[in-house]
Amino acid sequence: MAAEATPVLILRPSTGFLRLHLRDLWEYRELLYFLVWRDIKVRYKQTALGAAWAILQPVMTMLVFSIFFGRLAKVPSDGVPYPIFAYVALLPWQLFAFALSESSNSLVASQNLITKVYFPRLVIPISSVLAGLVDFAIAFVILLVMMLYYGIVPTAAVALLPLFLLLAVVTALAVGLWLSALNVKYRDVRYTIPFLTQFWMFATPVAYPASLVPERWRPLYGLNPMAGVVEGFRWALLGKQHAPGPLLWVSIAAVVVLLIGGLRYFKKTESTFADIV
Amino acid sequence: MSEIAIRVEKLGKRYSIGKRERYHALRDTLSDALSAPFRWLRHGGSANGNGAPEHIWALRDISFEVPRGEVVGIVGRNGAGKSTLLKVLSRITEPTEGRAEIHGRVGSLLEVGTGFHPELTGRENVYLNGAILGMHKAEIARKFDEIVAFAEIEKFIDTPVKHYSSGMYMRLAFAVAAHLDTDILIVDEVLAVGDAEFQKKCLGKMSDISRGGRTVLFVSHNLSAVRSLCGTGILLENGELHGRGPIHNVIGEYSHGLARRNGSGMHSQTLGPTLRLGRLKIDPSPVTTGEPLSLTIQLVPRSVTSVKEIALLLYSEYGARVAVLDLRQHGLRNLILDDEPFEFQVHIRRLPLVEGKYRLGFYIATSEHADDYLDVAVLTVRAAESHNGIVPYPADCRGYLDLGFSVEAEVAMQVRR
Repeated sequence: MAAEATPVLILRPSTGFLRLHLRDLWEYRELLYFLVWRDIKVRYKQTALGAAWAILQPVMTMLVFSIFFGRLAKVPSDGVPYPIFAYVALLPWQLFAFALSESSNSLVASQNLITKVYFPRLVIPISSVLAGLVDFAIAFVILLVMMLYYGIVPTAAVALLPLFLLLAVVTALAVGLWLSALNVKYRDVRYTIPFLTQFWMFATPVAYPASLVPERWRPLYGLNPMAGVVEGFRWALLGKQHAPGPLLWVSIAAVVVLLIGGLRYFKKTESTFADIV
Repeated sequence: MSEIAIRVEKLGKRYSIGKRERYHALRDTLSDALSAPFRWLRHGGSANGNGAPEHIWALRDISFEVPRGEVVGIVGRNGAGKSTLLKVLSRITEPTEGRAEIHGRVGSLLEVGTGFHPELTGRENVYLNGAILGMHKAEIARKFDEIVAFAEIEKFIDTPVKHYSSGMYMRLAFAVAAHLDTDILIVDEVLAVGDAEFQKKCLGKMSDISRGGRTVLFVSHNLSAVRSLCGTGILLENGELHGRGPIHNVIGEYSHGLARRNGSGMHSQTLGPTLRLGRLKIDPSPVTTGEPLSLTIQLVPRSVTSVKEIALLLYSEYGARVAVLDLRQHGLRNLILDDEPFEFQVHIRRLPLVEGKYRLGFYIATSEHADDYLDVAVLTVRAAESHNGIVPYPADCRGYLDLGFSVEAEVAMQVRR
């Protein structure tokens, strides 16, 4: 024990210089694991249908979309059967929308922890984003069944799927960092989230193909990172279109900017969370 | 290894108050932002609006050192800054000025059962709570059996804690906390849990910990616990350091300060955000056992408020609760106070207390806030004169109550001298 150096911690008012303390975050990886595990464990307790909800939500939405957009409005679907065209997009979309609203409320919901114990506050929004992945995995099984049914064989592009999944998760986290920190101070945020996700879905090619957007506007369209994610999912799994191209690069750039800004704002306000939450 | 565990230099913590609304209204910031674009972004969104903000220093200019292995009790009245000091030292909140150096791994227990989830089983909560307190999974697994045995809930460990009795819940929560194994432990009031039997066990565990060579900072209103666990103490008053030394001196100074405050009958203590204690008169002071006692209490509203409940709390000198006078039972409830001070009197016909010093406090629930306010005043009780020449046992052997009683016996017993 004597051989081990005693860690020294200096507490003082934070200066303008921002550091992420990623090593601190790494120290607390087990807490991150336990919080994710708690969220997953608790989510479907005392529900009659349990984890079936993870399937019901995207499947029902897919049915509604297929009837109204696919059948009645005859929205084009890039030559793919409309149900699977919509479902492939709904998977990352629902992951994103869920992770976004959970993480935005996460700090306020964890008020009792924040005012009583120290740990890197980043753990909280990160854990609520990650907890959404289980629902995604369950709903993904249905997609495999549908692909079998429609006889769709993915191309080699499927290897890039994890990348698009990562992009969806990071987008949710980036926005979640901003909103969760803002929510500590302005409870107005909570009420804007349902609207935000609703508008955002219409701005994302979930129910319609990105090809409806004129070619020259498409890179601009990529400023919505979820457009890149959804197009990426369709390309990687259904393989019938060409790669998303410039739209995707714009999406990645947009996420990087959002994430860095979110981290900065989060770290800057972090020290006051316990005082005002 | 360094000899110093904690070094605090000119530490200060300032809070902004005075804003009526608890959270910022977004529209205020928006209008500020419009008049001074981007300023609020640069200040992390903390635009103060127009006019100087009101600040309160919860801690100011605190400096002290704690050598490795010392067990330090922190004493002071409500609002003296004890909890703020613990929060700063356990990294929950940042100091506004000054600095603190902490040598070693810190564990803080400002509450038992932080993060317990009612839907999870006892076993799952032990792991979750342990991780929240900063323990590693392997460490929790190693101590798991010990924790469960300490909490005495072996049979129910796989039952969701929402089905636990409150006693079982607190026992499990304390058991996890008590097995936190860090170089430095910061503990706030966690001993006030469970039944008397379990409290004794907790105190025993705490004294094991304090003898184990670890550095402990300990806050409790239970002065006898502080006295028996801690070697040295720190006295805080109004956010400032008022004493540092052997625990007996610090507690003595604290009690002395309380007694001194009683002389004039004039007080000005805040009781939550909307009330202040204007006057507290104890008549007579000191009072004699078995004699009548009157308390005159004046509450001064700082803004319009509704006082839902008031109770007077009576504690022994070392913090054991002796009595609660529930004033709701006598019509004092749901009082709307505006500008006028509100004065009332409480009469006790025969005060049945053994001589000594007692601490008076309040429990007050207003529409905004509910809290205990301990150590508002000291009640000094003098022994009644004995009529038959038999000297009573010393006061500290006689508990708190002096019950009036009579004896009937047969004459034959008197013959056996």
